[in-house]
Order: sequence, then structure tokens, then C-alpha cells
Amino acid sequence: MKKASILMIIGALLLTSLFKFPLWNIMLGAPQYPEPLGMNIYIDGIQGMNEFDIKNIDGLNHYIGMKTIPKPKDMWEFSVFPLVIGSMSAFGVIIGLLGLFGKVGYHWFLGWLIIMTILDVLGMYDFNTWMIDYGTNLDPKAIMKLQNPDGTPMSYKPPLFGHQKMLNFDAYSYPRLGGYLMGVGMIFTLVAFYVGKRSKITNDENTI
Amino acid sequence: MKTYKFQLLSLFGALILLTSCGNNNGQNKSSGALNSSNAEKVYVAPGEHDEFYAFMSGGYSGNLTVYGLPSGRMFKEIPVFSQFPTSGYGYSEETKPMLETSHGFVPWDDSHHPDISQTNGELDGRWIFINGNNTPRIARISLTTFETEEIIEVPNSAGNHSSSFVTENSEYVVAGTRFSVPIPQRDMPINEYKGNFQGALSFISVDPKHGHMDIKFQIIMPGFNYDLSHPGRGKSHGWFFFTTYNTEEANSLQEVNSSQNDKDFIAAINWKKVEEYVNSGGGKKVPAKYAHNIYDEATHTATSTMKKEVLTVNPLDVPGAVFFLPTPKSPHGCDVDPTGNYIIGNGKLSADLTVHSFDNMIAAIEGEKFDGEAYGIPILKFEDVLAGTVKSGGLGPLHTEFDGKGNAYTTFFISSEVVKWKLGTWEVIDRKPTYYSVGHLMIPGGNSRKPFGKYVVALNKITKDRYLPVGPEMEHSAQIYDISGEKMELLYDFPTHGEPHYAAGIPAELLAPKAKKIYRLDENKHPYAVTSPDQARVERKGNEVHIYMSTIRSHFTPDNIEGVKVGDKVYFHITNHEQDFDVPHGFAMIGQNSSELLIMPGQTKSSLWEPKQVGVWPFYCTDFCSALHQEMQGYIRVSPANSNIEISWSLGED
Repeated sequence: MKKASILMIIGALLLTSLFKFPLWNIMLGAPQYPEPLGMNIYIDGIQGMNEFDIKNIDGLNHYIGMKTIPKPKDMWEFSVFPLVIGSMSAFGVIIGLLGLFGKVGYHWFLGWLIIMTILDVLGMYDFNTWMIDYGTNLDPKAIMKLQNPDGTPMSYKPPLFGHQKMLNFDAYSYPRLGGYLMGVGMIFTLVAFYVGKRSKITNDENTI
Repeated sequence: MKTYKFQLLSLFGALILLTSCGNNNGQNKSSGALNSSNAEKVYVAPGEHDEFYAFMSGGYSGNLTVYGLPSGRMFKEIPVFSQFPTSGYGYSEETKPMLETSHGFVPWDDSHHPDISQTNGELDGRWIFINGNNTPRIARISLTTFETEEIIEVPNSAGNHSSSFVTENSEYVVAGTRFSVPIPQRDMPINEYKGNFQGALSFISVDPKHGHMDIKFQIIMPGFNYDLSHPGRGKSHGWFFFTTYNTEEANSLQEVNSSQNDKDFIAAINWKKVEEYVNSGGGKKVPAKYAHNIYDEATHTATSTMKKEVLTVNPLDVPGAVFFLPTPKSPHGCDVDPTGNYIIGNGKLSADLTVHSFDNMIAAIEGEKFDGEAYGIPILKFEDVLAGTVKSGGLGPLHTEFDGKGNAYTTFFISSEVVKWKLGTWEVIDRKPTYYSVGHLMIPGGNSRKPFGKYVVALNKITKDRYLPVGPEMEHSAQIYDISGEKMELLYDFPTHGEPHYAAGIPAELLAPKAKKIYRLDENKHPYAVTSPDQARVERKGNEVHIYMSTIRSHFTPDNIEGVKVGDKVYFHITNHEQDFDVPHGFAMIGQNSSELLIMPGQTKSSLWEPKQVGVWPFYCTDFCSALHQEMQGYIRVSPANSNIEISWSLGED
């Protein structure tokens, strides 16, 4: 259980990397942008890959009537996400410590992981909802009003994950370092659960 | 960031060549194989970058052009001494002061000898200097923005030709006079030239931090013509060498009268000694009038100040600082090899090259072996300073560059060729024709301690039939040769803009990574800049109207302006709000007696319009900035002089 608890603590602490590193990244490349424009999505806001990328993405988006890229104050998510991540990390560390001193069992680790997974799914859902709104809720006076072959207005929603061709742009949407470290942390807590479970069984067998 | 794959490419090319040699034993000498390998050597694939920058002087264009080597592609014309309607240089309110001189606004010059700043005798890629030959001026161009940042006029000089060469640590950029003139200028008979006219050699200090130039001192020399110059380097650092002609001091029909002496001189100047003399209070301040123009990158604006005096030095007051080295046949080019030991005088009326040795010169000076004097300046014995003579077999040697591997390359104008010869043995190794009548040649870094001896470019004076005919007036031709082997190989031939005299080359990796992409809007200190569109406005001050305008794809703010009257002086101050690489906006106003403005991202430029007719007059963006570039336009209503319509402006209001 000692090994499991340490894994749990490390896994929960890895979440804090999200305060330093971006969760997600969207890159936009085009013939005129051999150096693609890019956005890093942090839990507390969006930043350009290069200093003026956000300004330039906004400049391009005005042709199709998209809203500007939100500032931290424009979205409640950017104040709530840090609280959620901070709380979950602290909570994970606490149950890890309690596990270390034998106060709680390995089931708590799984419980933490389930809550975290639900929060992640909710976060992704929220992210996707925002992108749908961003990509479809366009200024009716937009300079360029493009339609799909079936006559419906074209959506400029970037892909939730992976690559998509949008007009002259190739959009790429993938997790970034913070997101990967969070994933690794969550795997650690899953391993913590299994290691805890095995040591419990071994202990029980030894006791018998 | 692009990588410089040409070496890889040429390696690949060499590999192909090797392979083909293996496959076609005995057939590899066909001219076909040779030609295709030459094509590969200058081929820079689409999207790839050249290995070297080449800065070619524009000659009578007054500017400086930027080329890539080995491709010969032209990237930019940098306006220096000439008005340039393409960007508005010399037309915009900000850049008009750059062309101010003691003679007033001079919108043109004849640019000759670019030289890149050096540290420890090696190219450092901070600035490039170039001389204006006609109205003597030296310009400094930034190698991050590739724009002219500073121009200083050189007083007491006329025909600023033995310029603008930098010392080993860019302590000085040196400007020598071609014409000797009365100093100070005065009304006197021309035929009293001899003994009365003098030649000024100016040492212009370069501030190591921001590059600002200041004339530290002028050495007032005898009335010869100071043709070309180069700095000492390595062991000869601290000396500067100038070729002279017209030591006859003729004032008319110089082509004959200046060609009578069998030998003219190379003037060797120990500038360190003169500097010490000046620093300890020596020299004489004399009245002089010369303009000093500085462009400030933060305000995007140039200012011109008129200077009132200059420090002159009589060479006789600094013993041991100036000597004459007899050099045959009106020497033109004056070139110093990478070690600093050999000083080459290219006697332009001769078949031979004269090579002096710095060591011999110092020994002769120490041994006081003088062969008379000229106006009190000691003349060293020709035989004592001579290191060797290159019996070239060519005719009309002009300029020499070095490959850093012990070889020198000299151009021959009359016999139209480049001759490769060996330093020390003076033997000729190879010769290749040029097309036609080559003037200067250029090896990147070829006049520094560290040449990059891969290519030499011959800059020719005569083009004739090299390209498709375009009438009597045409561009000059250049040829690039591969000099990596024992024999030179002609690779390619391309036209150059204006009349390039000298050129300067530098490896791309020293400049490309630091080339600026945009000007930061948040660093724009232009007094008429607007940093956000809500600051855009129009203000009337008497009959002056100032329009503070901003641009972003794809509109001007404001784009409808009323209340302007006939007789007003309307100033457009336009700030480009883009912060994206290569998104300039242009501005042109119908009937404006000026050029357009081309405004880079983050930059502010101004121009003056004096409306003469009542009406509603349009303006538009001249740079195809976006898909809606054609919509980027606006109107100004011009009312009669006596109307009382108030100034108003708008954007997007119905």
C-alpha cells in the first residue's frame, strides 16, 4: 500500500503541471502562413504560440464574422478550471497521504479517478460546446458568408481532436504538455489502485 | 526558420556527379555533364534559401541592392541616397531629412563601396556602410531592418570615392576624397590648383553600441586624387592605405596630364598615431558645414542637424603617421590580404600588379630609408617596400579580393578577365574571361581576415549582348564563379540593378536569423502615431490639417473625412496596425504631388497633400494586402477655401 499511495500522490501532483503548461493546442497553417498560427489553451486562458498569433487569428476571423478569441475574463471556465484542478490535486494528495498512513483503502484512489474522469469529460464537453458556438455563431454582417454544398452556413469549428481542413487553413487540435502530464497522472492513480489492490490481497493471503 | 541547405544540396549534386562519373567512364568530360553540374551549383530549389547575401552598390541609382548567392536572385533594393517612390523614402515627412545636406535637399547620389561592419577583422553583420560619391556622404544601414539609419555628410571632400571602408573593429569608417579642392572652399583660379588644392581623408568614428557616426578627424593631404583605400588588418591593424593618382596635380585633361608620372603613391596612414595625437588635444577645429541625419527606429522619423566645425590634422604635425609608397601606373584598387602583410596596388595603366609588404614598410620606416618627400611627407624607396610583382599577362588591373587560402583574385578591366594568383610566389594560377570589362569583384568576406572563399562575383561595366536586348540602356552584368577548386569555373550570369561598383557578401546564417519581421506597435514612439483605432482623428491647426489614421486589413480609420478646404496643408499620418509578417499597407491620394507611402506593420509614415480643387477625392491602399484590398479605400471632401464646414471624420457610419 505504501508504493500505491506514493503513486497516488505523484499522480495527483502531476495535475499541478496544468498551472504551468498548456492543456491543449490548436495550430492553423495555410499557404500564406508557412509558420503556422497557434493557440495554447491553458486552464486559465488562451495564449498565442507566438506573441501576435491571437491578434492575427482574430484579424483573419473577422472576415468570416467570428468572435474574437476570449480573454480570461470573458469565460467563467478560466476562473473555475484552476479551482477544480487545484482542489482535485489537493484531494488526491490528501487521500494518498491517508492511504500511506493506512487511514483509507485503495478504493479511494479509484473513486478519485472516477471523479476526475467525469470532470474531464465534462470539461471536454464544455470545450466542444464553446467551439461549436465560436465556429457557428457568426456575425450576420460577416464579410465572407460561405455555405456548405447543401446550402447550410459553413461551420468554422476547429476539430475537438485531430486534423481538419477549413478553407485555406489546416487546423490541428491536440493535447499539449500539461494535458499529457495530466493523463500520465491519471494513469498513475489507476496503477496506484491496482498496486494497492494487489498488496491488499497479498497482505490478506499472508495474514491467512 | 529556414535552414541553409545549399551545402547539402551541392553535396548531393557532387554525389550525383560522382555517380554519373562511375556510370559513364570516359564520358564525363562532355560539356553536357559539366553544364548540368554548374546548373546544380547555382540552383536553389523553390522555397530554399541562398547560402550568402550579396549587397551590391547601386552606382548611379544611389541605392544598395540585396542579392542571394549563388542564385543571383534579387531580394530588395534598399533606398539610401536616392528618393524611392516605391516606399516613399525621401518623399515621406519622416525620411525627407535623410537627404538633407549643406547644399540643401539632394535627392540622389552615386553609391559605390558597401562594407560590412567588422569585429576582430571578421564580418559581424551589424551594419553595412556605403558612400555617396557625388555629394560626399556616408550612410549606415541596419542589417536587422535593412533600412538606412544614418547619413553623414563629409565636408572638405569632393568625389567621395576612397570610401566607405571600415577598420578591423569598426572603430572608423573611412572616407577619402577623389578630387582635391581648395580647403576651405574659396573663389580662386582653377589653374592655381598645384600646391593650393588639398585632399581630405576623413576618419568617421562609429559608436560601438548604436553605430552613430561622427567625424573624429580629417587629415589634410597634398592635392592628389585619393582613389581607393582599405584598412590594415592583423599585424597592420592601425594603418590605412590609400591609392593616389594625379600626383602630377593637373587640373585639366587629366586623362593625359595625370598619367605622366611613372609612379604615383599608396599613402600609408598610421591612424592610431593620429588618433592619439587628436585625443591629446592635437589638430585644429575649422569651420565647416555638413549635415548629420539620423533615422530613429522608435519614432520612425529622421532628424537632420547641421554641424558647424570639423577637426583637421596637418600630417606634418604628427611625425611618423603618414608615408608614401611609390606604386606604378596610377593605381586604382588598394587591397590588403587577410594576414594584413600584403598591400596590393592595382596599377590600372599597367599589366603588372605591385605588392607591397607591410613588414618591409615598417623596416624601411624604422631604417629611415626615404627617397625624398612630397609636401614634407616622407616617400619610402619603392624597392624597399616591394614584396613582389605579379606578372599577370592581363591589362588594366583594378581590384583584388582573397579566398583565405593564400590566393588572390584580380580583375582586369581592359583584358576583361579575372586572374587568380598566389600570394608569396606571385605566380598566376588561372584566368577566366568576364563579360565584359570587369570592375570590382567580390568574395564574401574577401576583404577581411576571414574570407568565405567559395564564390567570386565579377561586376562588369559592359553588358552588350549578354541578355535579351532592351534598347540602348540596360542593366549591368555580373558573373559568378566557383572558386572552391584550383581552377575557377564560370557558373552563372545575371543582370544587376544600377551600376554596381563594389559589393559585400556575408554568409546568410549571420544575418537571416536576426532580420526583423515587423515593427512592434507598442514600441512605436512616432509623435503622430495612433496605437489603437479609437485614437484615430482629424485635427485642424490653422490651415494645417493633421489626419491621424490607422490601417488594418482591410480598411482605413477614418475613411470619410470632411471639412478640408482648398489651400490647406493636409498631413496624413498613417499607422499600420498589423503585427503580422509581410502585411504592409500602402497609401496613395489622387493628385498628390508626392509618392505613395508603403507602411510596414507597426510603422507610422506621413505625407503632405495640398488640395487645389474642390470635390470629393479618393485615396486607397496600394499594396495588395488581403482579399478585400480593393475595398480598402476612402474619400476626402474638399470644400472652397471660404467654406465653414467643420472638420469631421467617420468609419462605417451610414
